Amino acid sequence: MTLKTFFGTCALGLTLALPALAETDPAVAQRKGQFQLYLHNFGVMGAMVQGRMDYDAALAQTAADNLFHITRHDQSRLWPEGTDSASIEGTRANPAIWDNLDDFVSKFVDLQNAAENLQSQAGNGLDALQPAFGATAGTCQACHEAYRDEAS
Amino acid sequence: MRKLFAGLAGLALIAAAAAWVLSAPRPLDETIISDLTGDAEAGRVIFLASGCSSCHRGGARDSDPLVLAGGRSFESDFGTFRAPNISPDPDHGIGTWTQSEFINAVMRGISPDGAHYYPAFPYTSYIRARPQDIADLYAYIMTLPADATPSEPHDLGFPFNIRRTVGLWKTLFLTDDWTVTGTLTEEEERGRYLAEALSHCAECHTPRNALGALDRDQWNMGAPNPSGRGRIPAIAGPDFNWSAFDVSAYLSSGLTPEFDVVGGSMADVVNNLRQLDKSENDAIAAYITRANE
Repeated sequence: MTLKTFFGTCALGLTLALPALAETDPAVAQRKGQFQLYLHNFGVMGAMVQGRMDYDAALAQTAADNLFHITRHDQSRLWPEGTDSASIEGTRANPAIWDNLDDFVSKFVDLQNAAENLQSQAGNGLDALQPAFGATAGTCQACHEAYRDEAS
Repeated sequence: MRKLFAGLAGLALIAAAAAWVLSAPRPLDETIISDLTGDAEAGRVIFLASGCSSCHRGGARDSDPLVLAGGRSFESDFGTFRAPNISPDPDHGIGTWTQSEFINAVMRGISPDGAHYYPAFPYTSYIRARPQDIADLYAYIMTLPADATPSEPHDLGFPFNIRRTVGLWKTLFLTDDWTVTGTLTEEEERGRYLAEALSHCAECHTPRNALGALDRDQWNMGAPNPSGRGRIPAIAGPDFNWSAFDVSAYLSSGLTPEFDVVGGSMADVVNNLRQLDKSENDAIAAYITRANE
């Protein structure tokens, strides 16, 4: 994925966002929803990896399939300028995202690749799931380390 | 009138002398620390548990945690602190320090030339460490790569830019008491040692008073983030309900019970602690949940 496709409508986002700065851009709620759906599926596999629930190949595969597809969701309207935590309340998206878009996008591509590998491994037993799950969590952490504020 | 003036001047002199005495550095007894022999391999565990690299690695986000080049900035109400180079470089790091100098720096906040360090450096926690562990840490750090990056000065307002004032601060607030007391199991005691002496959880998770000292009545109950937006979450008190399993799993994986993934400054902590034996994270978890009973 190129920067251009990721932020294909960035300029459009900017014009749309400007009059809306007084109230939170609806894109913020939508992108939070996206992360909730990551969690919804990631958590099932996490519970198996940590032994909180028994490994279930079909359940793990479904969750990994979902995660694969959700990480393919087009991002171009989810990150308009002015929706960082310095500009508006109610988001943990650090302004550094917009200062380092190339790096942010490359971290997102890392997640996509990890999710693809996870999809290929999740149904092959707990021993296959564990490392693929760990690698995916690592891509989440890399981005959270750099670009997510503490919760308020 | 002249008598009154002389009296006031005398009082001021006595106050100044008292302040000078109270603010003097008070190092450890040299006989206790000079004969210790450090073990670098054991020191690696202390290094990871104590989180040295979280502050002292280079300023770049993905800097090598074993190159303690310094340069990371920490905003606070008192100004901006900049972590110095503590790599074994002889000119810009601590390569020429003796073991005793190192132990006094870590456990008492005193530099080799007798100046006070600011308590942004958590000697306020390390004061509870065993000197042998810090001797081991010294041996380990001296095996790490030297780096010639010059340390940058702090940027602090008056009167905090006068280091001698830190001596008075120490007189008021520096203590080697444990906060969580009572009868502890062996595992809880190990956890307390890790959490209160080495990993210095409370330094971020506990709110501070106007002079920057920890409010021990609200131990680990969450605090404003001193260096950015948001809050450092509670790991004790009514807002915290994780099990020991949850805490240990988080420290060794970065995954919360809801499977959110760690970020921010805690990511460095997890990157260190995940390299320790699981029993160490279990011990911290036993302490954290015991403290919350």
